[in-house]
Amino acid sequence: MSHEVPESLPAAKGPLVYRQSVWTRVTHWVWAICLFFLLLSGLQIFNAHPALYIGQESGFEYDNAVLRIGSVNTPDGPRGRTILFGRQFDTTGVLGVSGPETSPAFTAFPGMVTIPSFRDLATGRVVHFFFGWLFVGALFVWFVASFINGHLRRDILPQGSDVSGLPGDVVDHARFRFRRGRSYSPLQKLSYFIVFFVLFPLIVLTGLTMSPGMDAAWPWLLDLFGGRQTARSVHFMIMVLLVLFFIVHLIMVLLAGPLNGLRSMITGWYRAGPDMDVREGDRP
Amino acid sequence: MSRLIVNRRRFLLGSAAAGSGLILSGCDQFDFLAQRGNPVRETMEQANVLTYSAQRALIGDQVLAREYEASEIRQGMKPNGSTEPTTAEYTSLRLAGFEPYRLRIKGMVEREVSFSLAELRNMPERTQITRHDCVEGWSCIAKWTGTPLGPVLDQAGLKPSARFCVYHCYDNIQRTISGDILYYTSSDLVDAYHPQTILSYGLNDQVLPVSNGAPLRLRIERTLGYKQPKYLHTIELVDDLSAFGRGKGGYWEDNGYDWYGGI
Repeated sequence: MSHEVPESLPAAKGPLVYRQSVWTRVTHWVWAICLFFLLLSGLQIFNAHPALYIGQESGFEYDNAVLRIGSVNTPDGPRGRTILFGRQFDTTGVLGVSGPETSPAFTAFPGMVTIPSFRDLATGRVVHFFFGWLFVGALFVWFVASFINGHLRRDILPQGSDVSGLPGDVVDHARFRFRRGRSYSPLQKLSYFIVFFVLFPLIVLTGLTMSPGMDAAWPWLLDLFGGRQTARSVHFMIMVLLVLFFIVHLIMVLLAGPLNGLRSMITGWYRAGPDMDVREGDRP
Repeated sequence: MSRLIVNRRRFLLGSAAAGSGLILSGCDQFDFLAQRGNPVRETMEQANVLTYSAQRALIGDQVLAREYEASEIRQGMKPNGSTEPTTAEYTSLRLAGFEPYRLRIKGMVEREVSFSLAELRNMPERTQITRHDCVEGWSCIAKWTGTPLGPVLDQAGLKPSARFCVYHCYDNIQRTISGDILYYTSSDLVDAYHPQTILSYGLNDQVLPVSNGAPLRLRIERTLGYKQPKYLHTIELVDDLSAFGRGKGGYWEDNGYDWYGGI
C-alpha cells in the first residue's frame, strides 16, 4: 500500500537552510581561539597573586579577601588550601599544590592549565593582552555586522514569542528534544543574549578597570564596579561563568547533532528539521 | 549507511576527546611564547604598542589618576621589590642620614643640575592619596608627598631632541655572579610632566622609609608599580633607550614586562 512507510527508512530530511553568515562563523572561531588563550594566560596572571578582594585595594593589614589559594605545611607534607568566603577547602593536587609528590609545584592553578606552563607573569600578560585586543576586535566586528545583517534582531534579541515559548523550550531541553529551526530556540537566544550583552561587555570592562591608565581616562569604571579589586574579582567570576557556558555549549552541540552544528558553523548551512517549510534559497 | 554515520560520529567524538586530552595534558606546547625574541612573541608584544597608542590618544596628558579620601588609607604601604638595598654607595648614604644625597639631572639637557633633599623639600609641594597597582594584581592606597617632576626638569632645560627620561636607582634588584644589576626604568615626557608625577620624599605623613624607597621615589600614578622607581638618584634625558640594560627601557621591561606600564 502506498500510504505505508517502512519503519526502517530514515525520517524525511528538512531543507538545508543558510543559518550562519560569514561574520558569525569567523567571529565564532576567533572567539573560540581567544577564549582558550585568554583563559590559560589569565590563570597564569592570577597565579602571580592568587587572591581576590572586594573594594579599592587589597587588604594586607585587614581582611577583605573573598578567595585565597595557597598551601600550608602539615605533618603529612604540603597541602593545597583554598579559602572561599571564609570557608576552607583542601584542594591538594589541583589548587595550591600540584604535580608529583616528589617535586610538588606550589602554584595556585597547576601548570597544566596555564600559559606558559611554568611561572612567567610577563609572558602571561603578553599573551593575554594580544588576545584581549583580538577578542574585542571580533566583538566590535560582530556587533556591527550583526546589526546590519539582522542577526541581532532575528536570532539574539529575545522577542515576545521567545518569552512565551521559554517554558516549553525548557521542557524540550530537559527531554533532550531539540527543534532544528531556522533560528535559535528561546533558551538558545537567551543564553547567547546573556553572553553577548552581559558577560562579554562585563569581562572587557572589568579588564579595563584593572588598567591604571584606563581608570584615569574613565574613572566611572571604578564607581561602576566598586573599585579595582572588586573589578578583578568580577573579571574572575565572569571567567568561571564563560567556562560553564562553554561546557554547556559543547554538550548541547553534541546532543543536538555535532556534524550539523559544525557544518553550519563552518559553511553556514544547517539541516533544519523535517517539519520545516521550504523557502526560497534553501537547498534540498 | 547509518553504521557509517555512527562510526564517523564516534571518530569525531573520539578525536575531540583526544584533542582536548592533548591540550589538558600540558600547555608546555605554548612555552615557546616565553622565549624572548621569538617572532610569535614579538608579534604578540605589538599589542602593547597598540595599548600605549590607544591610551595616549584616549587619555588627556593632564588627566589625573583618582585621588582618595584620607579615610581610605586603611593600612601601611606594602613594601615590594627591593626593600633593603645593599650596594656600598647606598649603605654609606643611608648611614649618613642621606645628608650627602643629590638628585642629578643629566643627558639631553641645557645644563646638568643636581639638588639636595633640602632643596627638593623647599620646592612647591604636592600631596596626593593614590592607589598603587602592582603588576601582580594587588593594590594599596597611600598618601604621597613630593615635588612635581616637570618644573624640576625645566630647571635643567630639555633639549628638543630629548624624548625619554631614564630613571637610575641605587638598589641592586638582582645580584648575579657577574655583579649587581641596578634597578632602572624610563618614561616618555607625557608621564614625566604629568601633574601627579612627583619626586616623593614623604609617605603617609612620615619621611619616606627605606623599605618604600628612601630618600626619593618617583610616582607616575597612571602606571603600574614597576614604573614607580625607588632609591632614585639620576634622571637622564635621552632620545633612545637601546643603550640601557637589554634595551627595553627598564629592569622589569628587560624581563618581559610592557614598557608603558599603563595597563
